[in-house]
Amino acid sequence: MIVSAIITLKKDVLDPQGKVIHQTLDGMGFKNVNEVRQGKYFEIDVNENDPTKAKGIVEDMCKKLLANLVIENYKIIETQ
Amino acid sequence: MKSSVITFPGSNCDRDMDVALSKFGFKNKMVWHNDKELPKSDLVVLPGGFSYGDYLRCGSMASKSKIMHSVINFAKSGGLVMGICNGFQILVETGLLPGVLLRNKYLEFICKNVYVKVDNRQNPYFKNLDKEIFEFHIAHNEGNYFCTKDQLDEIKDNNQIAIYYCDKNGQTEEQYNPNGSMKNIAGIFNKEKNVLGMMPHPERMIDQSLSGEDGSLFFKNLINNLK
Repeated sequence: MIVSAIITLKKDVLDPQGKVIHQTLDGMGFKNVNEVRQGKYFEIDVNENDPTKAKGIVEDMCKKLLANLVIENYKIIETQ
Repeated sequence: MKSSVITFPGSNCDRDMDVALSKFGFKNKMVWHNDKELPKSDLVVLPGGFSYGDYLRCGSMASKSKIMHSVINFAKSGGLVMGICNGFQILVETGLLPGVLLRNKYLEFICKNVYVKVDNRQNPYFKNLDKEIFEFHIAHNEGNYFCTKDQLDEIKDNNQIAIYYCDKNGQTEEQYNPNGSMKNIAGIFNKEKNVLGMMPHPERMIDQSLSGEDGSLFFKNLINNLK
């Protein structure tokens, strides 16, 4: 089963890359952008057919490696 | 005094650290990241570099490597563990030190000499040092120290801030902050002060004809403190 996880920076953590992307978008003519925050996306093929268990495994991965909880949040977004 | 320097895939300051430690009298051993056992050591150093190509987050992969179980146990039993640059990033990823190192505020790789001020001498690293302001080298892309407000209050209350970025007179204003670090923090301790992480490289300042000698002062003092 494929489980996906999105890692995003917490609200009060500075995201200079997001800022530069925002500025570039602005320069390209995308004038209606309020803010850009850059994150990470993982697709993990877990050898487990039970969706709850598979999500649990990926959540454990997020806590232990994929996200640094001091600065990042994670969200398990979908299963296939 | 015995020291061990851990080499991870992508470490590139491990040899410099070996040269520095040996020059000031440490019997140093190089230890591969895939080893399980640490040799008997009075000091363990995690060197600078780009372990695992800085994949995911700097230091995150290295913090899970085999040798780190022994390093963490060594630190938890009071052993001295020092992380320089990428080594500092690895230490925060292990949880031995609080906080994280974010990308530099202005998105530049910074490679230059800076001044740092030693804030706390009640520890085996800086005890007995006559000097307060040191000129060290920095070379990093992710040295922007960040932690939560609660963590910051805690590290202040426990005197865990080791060194601050400053000018040559020791002024620690924001303008002397090269990378956006909170409170100009360049290095911190754990609560017990046996674990030190810092972005500057003292091992690059051990030769009068190539650099300065502020690193020599640091290492000479360190080995004397451990004797």
